[in-house]
Amino acid sequence: MKIKSAIIAGAALAVVSAFSANAADAIKIGFIDPLSGPFAATGTNGFSQYQYAADTLVNEKGGVLGGRKFEIIGYDNKISPKESLVQLKRAIGEGVHYIVQGNSSGVANALTDAINKHNRRNPDNRVLFLNYSAVDPALTNEKCNFWHFRFDANADIKMNALTDAIKAESGIKKVYIIGQDYSFGKAVAAAAVKFLGEKRPDIEIVGNELHPIGKVKDFTPYATKIRASGADAVITGNWGADMVGLAKAIGDAGIDVPVYTYYAANDGITKTIGAAGKNKIRLVHEGPANPPSTEEYAAYHRGFKAKFPEKDISQFRIANVIQMLAAAMEKAGSDKPIDVARVLEGMEFTSLHGEKLVMRAEDHQLIQPVHISVHTDENITFDNDNSGFGLVTESTVSGPDTALPSTCKMKRPE
Amino acid sequence: MFELVFFSLLNGIVTGLLLFMLASGLTLIFSMMGVLNFAHASFYMLGAYFAYTVSLYLGFWVGLFVAPILVGILGALVERYGLRYVHRWGHVAELIFTFGLAFLIEEIVQFIWGKDTKAYHEPEILQFPLFTFFGQDFPAYKAFMLVVSIGIFVALLLVLTKSRVGLIIQAAITKPNMTAMLGHNVPLVFMGVFGAGCALAGLAGVIAGPALGTFPGMAVVLGSIVFVIVVVGGLGSLGGAFIASLLIGLLQTFAIALDYSVNDLLMVFNIETDVDSALRDLWTLSLPQVAPILPYLLLVLILIFRPTGLLGKRET
Repeated sequence: MKIKSAIIAGAALAVVSAFSANAADAIKIGFIDPLSGPFAATGTNGFSQYQYAADTLVNEKGGVLGGRKFEIIGYDNKISPKESLVQLKRAIGEGVHYIVQGNSSGVANALTDAINKHNRRNPDNRVLFLNYSAVDPALTNEKCNFWHFRFDANADIKMNALTDAIKAESGIKKVYIIGQDYSFGKAVAAAAVKFLGEKRPDIEIVGNELHPIGKVKDFTPYATKIRASGADAVITGNWGADMVGLAKAIGDAGIDVPVYTYYAANDGITKTIGAAGKNKIRLVHEGPANPPSTEEYAAYHRGFKAKFPEKDISQFRIANVIQMLAAAMEKAGSDKPIDVARVLEGMEFTSLHGEKLVMRAEDHQLIQPVHISVHTDENITFDNDNSGFGLVTESTVSGPDTALPSTCKMKRPE
Repeated sequence: MFELVFFSLLNGIVTGLLLFMLASGLTLIFSMMGVLNFAHASFYMLGAYFAYTVSLYLGFWVGLFVAPILVGILGALVERYGLRYVHRWGHVAELIFTFGLAFLIEEIVQFIWGKDTKAYHEPEILQFPLFTFFGQDFPAYKAFMLVVSIGIFVALLLVLTKSRVGLIIQAAITKPNMTAMLGHNVPLVFMGVFGAGCALAGLAGVIAGPALGTFPGMAVVLGSIVFVIVVVGGLGSLGGAFIASLLIGLLQTFAIALDYSVNDLLMVFNIETDVDSALRDLWTLSLPQVAPILPYLLLVLILIFRPTGLLGKRET
């Protein structure tokens, strides 16, 4: 009896020590995004989604490369490019070889340059940059490099999909474009004018307006103008309080036209817009929530809500980042960034939604189906902000149809 | 075009009257205590957040009455235990005190309520279009805002001109020492006016919250514009603040509504502009783009040409 318990105790000890050896040998993923300051809500939400994805999709399934776990480490960049470079150095010093970042294309531009330079100078200690949200088209065009991979559809791809949806609506004859007065708002407006001109030359652009970012207290005058212009549809890249104000003003003025948006959901926006935007607000995004695509995704979503009741799966692509990274490591049989990057190039993958994704080799832009969804409280399985309102998919543009040519000329390491 | 003018006029008046509710308190405090209260718009924000929290449990109408009172009490406490203490080091210290207070309140609001926009909605009884004109709705809630603002203006005017309290306040504004000699408790009057001014700002927040959004940046968005109104209207002049509020409300809405550029203006005078010239960005600058700076332009012009403001009696 004594011998038996000794054996059990020894075995238990062995298991524990084996586990801690693996834990020490975890694969570190550095999350560089705002965890304090005005954009902290978006940043911490993304951090929770990364931790949940790593735990449920990798660690609880036995890890990668024979039992090694993913460990997500948060580095607060306060959404400043300068701070991000300091955090990048710190992360590299702590043995991180995989960087994930998404909020602000300004930060992504700084990181991709810094990582490219670092890898050239330190071939033994390379780092991979997995960009999950920064949508500036330049990152996979003129500024592309071998170490940067983008998992979100870029701003042009999204506008291409949006205008495909508008193309099919023959009732739309007049479009009003309104956005925030800075690089992103201007990029959205330029893309809208370009794609509408190509696809529906008969559509008249009755307004192309930029308003000061974060300074408009009342959007009613803009709503009056939109109504007076006789527009049949509105396109906007607005986010945050500017999106809420615009949607409310349009709702209050009783303007009954579709409003095509990039970011009119989650982080309190869905809840605030509420009934005013019902069947009006449309969103272009990846990862359809309603109707639920697969049982696999539904279980993933429910598990997240059980763990973080106040948060949402606002950026589904985070699951794709974690899963594709794990799959690439398994296939490469290595955790070295260069081996993983070579497998990721051109990699095909089926997401939790059952959708086919391809990491395009020539520019490292993920090609994936893009959806246009409508803001409503009918047929909602998974709502946003616990508000009863959510997004129901109206149309889908298949991956290959969203693909746009790239000007990327990438230099690959030997 | 008529439709645009009509709705811009209505919206301008609604915005203007809302601004007046903020400016009336600020102008009284400024003229009486000589303190430019930088935290005034923060009390406006607090009003919205208090009312939002109250409305979650007791409904909108309870919030409408409770929140301004809470903000007023808070304002009175700030005057009694903050400003009055700081006053001994002069006006600069007071100015810096209110400046710091504004940041403090914003951080506290973010700490308690978070950074998200709050879903503070109009009461259901007011969620219908009052009338539809040229296919555009005018929400009943906007009319409600209009009625409340006008009510406050009339009530303020009556209190200040017809009541005994109003007389003492007016006396304390112009001759504080003399009023104190006559046996009136001037510090108490100061505290009361500061509290009432904050309560008015709080009330403005309560009714603006559902219409303009309840978020941590709402104080900053309105803060500076209120100072413009106080200066343009003239210090301590309620009538001046009223006219300046309407003026700026209308100025802002019409500037956004009318799409004219510098180019159009030059065309009127038959001046041709060169499309390729280095200054072409200036020619294509349109009225909606410069709308946010127009009130400040007005401020500068007023200070140059009429330093006392529209109806003010003393220099700023």
